[in-house]
Amino acid sequence: MIEATGLRKSYRVGRGRGASTVEAVRGVDFAVRRGEIVGFLGPNGAGKSTTLRMLATLIRPTGGVATIAGVDLLRAPGEVRRRIGFVAQASGTYDDSTARRDLVLQARMHGVTKAVAQELARSAIRAFQLDDFADRKIRTYSGGQRRRLDVALGVIHAPQVMFLDEPTAGLDPPSRVRMWQEVRRLRDEGMTIFLTTHYLDEADSLCDRVSIIDAGRIVAEGTPSALKREISGDVITIGFGTTGAAEDPVGTGVQTATKLLADQPYVHSCEPVDGALRLYVDSAATAIPQVMRTLLDRGVEPGAIEARRPSLDDVFLAKTGRSLEE
Amino acid sequence: MKLVRDTWLVFQQEAGLMVRNPVMVAFSLAQPITYLVLFAPFLKVVMVDRGASSYADAYRIYVPGLFVAMGLFGGLFAGYGLLSALRAGIIDRCRVTPVSRTGLLLGRALMHVCLNVVQAVVVTLVALPFGLRVHLGNLLVSYALLAVMVLLSTSISYDIALLVRNENSLGVLVNTVGQPVSLLAGVLIPLVLAPVWIQRVAFWNPFAWATDGMRALFTGQILQTVVWQGALIMVGLAAASLFWSSRLFNREVS
Repeated sequence: MIEATGLRKSYRVGRGRGASTVEAVRGVDFAVRRGEIVGFLGPNGAGKSTTLRMLATLIRPTGGVATIAGVDLLRAPGEVRRRIGFVAQASGTYDDSTARRDLVLQARMHGVTKAVAQELARSAIRAFQLDDFADRKIRTYSGGQRRRLDVALGVIHAPQVMFLDEPTAGLDPPSRVRMWQEVRRLRDEGMTIFLTTHYLDEADSLCDRVSIIDAGRIVAEGTPSALKREISGDVITIGFGTTGAAEDPVGTGVQTATKLLADQPYVHSCEPVDGALRLYVDSAATAIPQVMRTLLDRGVEPGAIEARRPSLDDVFLAKTGRSLEE
Repeated sequence: MKLVRDTWLVFQQEAGLMVRNPVMVAFSLAQPITYLVLFAPFLKVVMVDRGASSYADAYRIYVPGLFVAMGLFGGLFAGYGLLSALRAGIIDRCRVTPVSRTGLLLGRALMHVCLNVVQAVVVTLVALPFGLRVHLGNLLVSYALLAVMVLLSTSISYDIALLVRNENSLGVLVNTVGQPVSLLAGVLIPLVLAPVWIQRVAFWNPFAWATDGMRALFTGQILQTVVWQGALIMVGLAAASLFWSSRLFNREVS
């Protein structure tokens, strides 16, 4: 449904001699199949939104090509617009308007008559359960209600492909779960969905496939479970409390432990994260006693120890050397 | 055809929002009414040597000046609305649909035109008890001239807004440009009272021509050359500026 090759975007910043070029997206290739939910996972500024906005015909790529629902993005942006829906990060509604008014207008902007637009608005209100507040001013809506309206506006013309930019950013947990249900419902109705997120759990539980993007490049791609399987074994996180003594400031525990454990045969790799140490091992059950012995032999007192299965954050850390959660 | 339909669609939406906010409309009327009631009487005194012997004469001189001031400032602040719509993602949401880009801009501009013409009608009605008398045909032509002026100032504001992309810079630019242009158009005190050098500078101010044309309409001299000259200048500039702002707007807005 979506095929992108070498998609690039660079901006010129400043004027005259002080001008420089910022590479927002440095050439990404990916494909999304019909009926899939595919997510771009990455930190803020990684180029997720820029990629999405290029595909949604809002900004022109500096280089590369893309086909959306069989239409060439660069040659026929008008045709692409008929086939796609887009929900931006910013809400895109007037506080003083109402859900019904905006839905009718949105439908009419797609070229239907007033009567058809009103009918489409009615069914959208029903489908997204906006009935209780459809005729109230939008400024009175909760974050979750507003976001549901945004998505309803984006799909009023039943597009084949839907672009969602950070669909649940800033929502409370129940509203997020609700939004995930709506997204799955749209997929079940036959839409192909491409979204961006910086939430690990969202990428993990909502997306069929995930592209991890960092600094304008895709660094890993696959189903969440396949990505996590690349990180074989378990993850052990060791916290280090400080003794409070002047000769042991924060961080020496982590540094010493890194030196001690990095060369141990049972440790695949270790990464200091946020005053703690993450170890990647085959099996936590056999590694933990060994870790304890190694540390205590050298007089290093570990704090809390936690063992778990790898998460997408571990994938991100392995690919970029940084954690998404920082 | 599509452009007309889409412009009408956007206009309806924008006007609908304005009507739902009557307090805003009332406040936007406060300034012209204040000037009308508290400033025009001064003119009667100042202009007494020029044959303004009654309130009716003072208002016949001042109301057209006020129309030009409204035409100028009524549109110059329109850029704020465009910037906030851009920031709120409203423009993006519309641009992902097949709606006409020019229609998105033109519909908004026409809302400001409509608002200002309605205000001008209210101002005219308020001025009637003070003795303003004007031929109805001429009055309608003056509304049309006002409409073109608002279209011009709105599109100038859009040009600036799309270039600077920042409310603060827009405010500073609009005020520094708007004040001298309005004073040099003689909107408060007619340019006949101005020193010669001011008159020479004002010769190059398109809005001064519009003011002269507007005043000629109010004194019943619709056939004076300055009427069509002023109108022609405004129509030409409005068309050029609108063309430019729609180019700016259609070019990658991001």
